[in-house]
Amino acid sequence: MQHSTMNLTLKVWRQRNSKASGGFETYPVPGISTEMSFLEMFDVLNERLIAEGRDPIAFDHDCREGICGMCSMVINGRPHGPWKGTTVCQLHMREYKNGDTITVEPWRANAFPVVRDLMVDRSAFDRIIQAGGYISVNTGNAVDGNAIPIEKDHADSAFAAAACIGCGACVAACKNSSAMLFLSAKVSHLTLLPQGQPEKRQRVVEMIDQMDKEGFGSCTNTYACEAECPKEISVTNIARLNREFLSAALGSGD
Amino acid sequence: MNWQKVLHSSIGKKLVMALTGLFLIVFLLVHCYVNANVLFSNGAENFNRAAHFMGTNILVRIMEVGLFAGLLLHILQGYRLELKNRAARKSKYAVKAGGATSTWYSRSMALLGTLILLFLIIHLKQFWVPSRFGGLSEITYGNQPYHDLYSQMKEVFSQPWVVVLYVLGCFSLSWHLLHGFQSAFQTLGWSHSAYKGLIRSVGVGFSVIVPLIFALMPVFLYFGWEIPSGGLTLLF
Repeated sequence: MQHSTMNLTLKVWRQRNSKASGGFETYPVPGISTEMSFLEMFDVLNERLIAEGRDPIAFDHDCREGICGMCSMVINGRPHGPWKGTTVCQLHMREYKNGDTITVEPWRANAFPVVRDLMVDRSAFDRIIQAGGYISVNTGNAVDGNAIPIEKDHADSAFAAAACIGCGACVAACKNSSAMLFLSAKVSHLTLLPQGQPEKRQRVVEMIDQMDKEGFGSCTNTYACEAECPKEISVTNIARLNREFLSAALGSGD
Repeated sequence: MNWQKVLHSSIGKKLVMALTGLFLIVFLLVHCYVNANVLFSNGAENFNRAAHFMGTNILVRIMEVGLFAGLLLHILQGYRLELKNRAARKSKYAVKAGGATSTWYSRSMALLGTLILLFLIIHLKQFWVPSRFGGLSEITYGNQPYHDLYSQMKEVFSQPWVVVLYVLGCFSLSWHLLHGFQSAFQTLGWSHSAYKGLIRSVGVGFSVIVPLIFALMPVFLYFGWEIPSGGLTLLF
């Protein structure tokens, strides 16, 4: 593709902290290369803001190779931007044309309070994991994982679910701010494997309970989450989560 | 886990929506089959006899109470969830993804449901109230008097605004079902590659065909159209 530069206008959400009320500020961003990533464009803008003695825009990022789940921007209404199966850091400026105006907002959900500007606090996800998204392992010699036979289909489905990076785009995309796709990926990934069996009933009940306490909305199956998920986690996992929850909550046991 | 705790969890609330929704879908099927008799040239008697059966059979009357209870539960729970879900995002997006990631009708279930509810209030007042509380003329089949619900339909659907209202009501129902049918199965956890496609196809078929047949009733009666046949076989 031909390398070129372009002049863009950014409308960015600025908010000092979780208590403050935020608003949009407009920045002209000239000389952006089509080869840059979306975050590199923000780096260029922030360098300039710092040089001018102004407050740089706070945004989350870490690996910049699409696997850490830190970058989180809603770009023209789309979490992680318009490309399918990518995070913001993997979105490149060749998507845009000279003269475009781009609106950038943080994930918006009560359960994800804004820390500053485009950064949100996603520790609600951590608390859901702490409630049951783990397996307990006895001390002693480690058992060779490969010694446990696992059905190929289950291994594949568990692997696909384990691809979830916990970025929160599912919550950001959902009209109800529901965390069901995240939860379903975590539950599926453990429940499909033999190591996840002993705690499977307790896990799903505790995790759902924690999700409800965190103030996420409930799922209405619009499937916007699946469409926006950078790891393309399937909503089939949500059906599995519903099934696991109902059988754990209403099935035999206590 | 006790059942009250289950029903108060987010998945439990959805379960109530799914089960009552499927119950209402079964009702629609029966209602549509019985009423489709009015589309036929000699269907009036069949229809009136069926309406009589529905109005007098003790089991059907008990089911009717269940139907109203299910409907009420579906409506109240639906509004509760809608309010809770709206409240989960206080700070709204300036730009919305809209149709890029989901269908408008899947995002508008509360609105479509409200339109159906408004339609239902008018519909019940026009047909259910006179059937139960009097106001219908009588007709005799084999020495036995029956309510002439068919004549009531003829009269009600002689007004063009009613016909338009009913057709619009059927559109709302169709879109509501288009999302609701498959959504109910997803909530119950019945999603598997072996039958996921089947549920989707049956759902689309049901959502188009059933409201279409309902919409044809006021249109046929208004224009005096009829299919030359004696009507549909009744199982009772």
